Amino acid sequence: MRRKLIQIISTLAANPAFISLYRKEIYQGNLKSICVPILNCHACPLAVGACPIGSLQNILISVRASFAITQYHIGLYVIGFLGVVGSFVGKMPCGWLCPFGFLQEIFYKIPSPKISIHRAMPLLKYAFLLIMVIVLPILIVDELGYGQTWFCKFICPAGTLEAGFPLIVLIEDLRSQIGLLFSWKVGLLVIFLIWMIVSKRPFCRVVCPLGATFSLFNKVSLFRMVVDKDKCIECDMCYKNCPTGVKVYEDTNNPDCIRCLNCVKTCKYGALSFRFVKSKKLEQ
Amino acid sequence: MKNKITYILLSISVLLMIIGVLQGEFLEVMQKAIIICLSCMGIG
Repeated sequence: MRRKLIQIISTLAANPAFISLYRKEIYQGNLKSICVPILNCHACPLAVGACPIGSLQNILISVRASFAITQYHIGLYVIGFLGVVGSFVGKMPCGWLCPFGFLQEIFYKIPSPKISIHRAMPLLKYAFLLIMVIVLPILIVDELGYGQTWFCKFICPAGTLEAGFPLIVLIEDLRSQIGLLFSWKVGLLVIFLIWMIVSKRPFCRVVCPLGATFSLFNKVSLFRMVVDKDKCIECDMCYKNCPTGVKVYEDTNNPDCIRCLNCVKTCKYGALSFRFVKSKKLEQ
Repeated sequence: MKNKITYILLSISVLLMIIGVLQGEFLEVMQKAIIICLSCMGIG
């Protein structure tokens, strides 16, 4: 219940610019220079922060042009930001703050047959991060040296839902520009929405490049899950209540663990806990 | 050992962020975030 409340507060805190709906534009204040540790499209009329994945792509698409004018902008601000958040808490923002993660958990509550995600599929998110967010935006450029935001443009269902639809509703002129690409993105969004009903957090686990980045820090972040092997009887209650289907007793601090702490709450034997690393005891 | 890696990563990340801020990358982030990029959303 407490996590749900925090997810709601986080969603509202990242999207409080309701005045934009009246003005029919997006928020354009200084807060947009600050990245938020969640997948929240900055083209959403309500958003006040910058999406780190969108921002990183936007810098990388103009990296060649930046070198040409000796500016050397290669995304250090965004990469550093992701590193700071990841080093502290790993993938925790996915479990507590991300509005799109929250949406997936709500959809999974819809009664339906449930399908588990194959254990190899989560590896795909690293391919999305590397290829769609980093490699293609840098490598494929036009005659002026500018690339495209491949992940935002062709994949991101959060952008379609949070920015595409609201802007089309708000700004009439945009409706005439809807074409095949937007149809593709709507189709993809529908597929993800259906997948969310039958599988636990499919977008987070299989596609999300932000989750992929944070997951790289899970094993080494200051915040870590701890399993007391003497108390754990492997009853799988933690696994059944895990929103990402992780067996925390088998792989503590698994890259897919979003640190929601459902497992800690549901463990009757007190075998699971969490700590901020500061003593040698944790390394045992 | 893990703790050392964590603190090294954290230090490098803070350093990168500071360099990025000093280079004015946060302004570029803002400039890109305040415009409605239609192609970024798959419109147009």
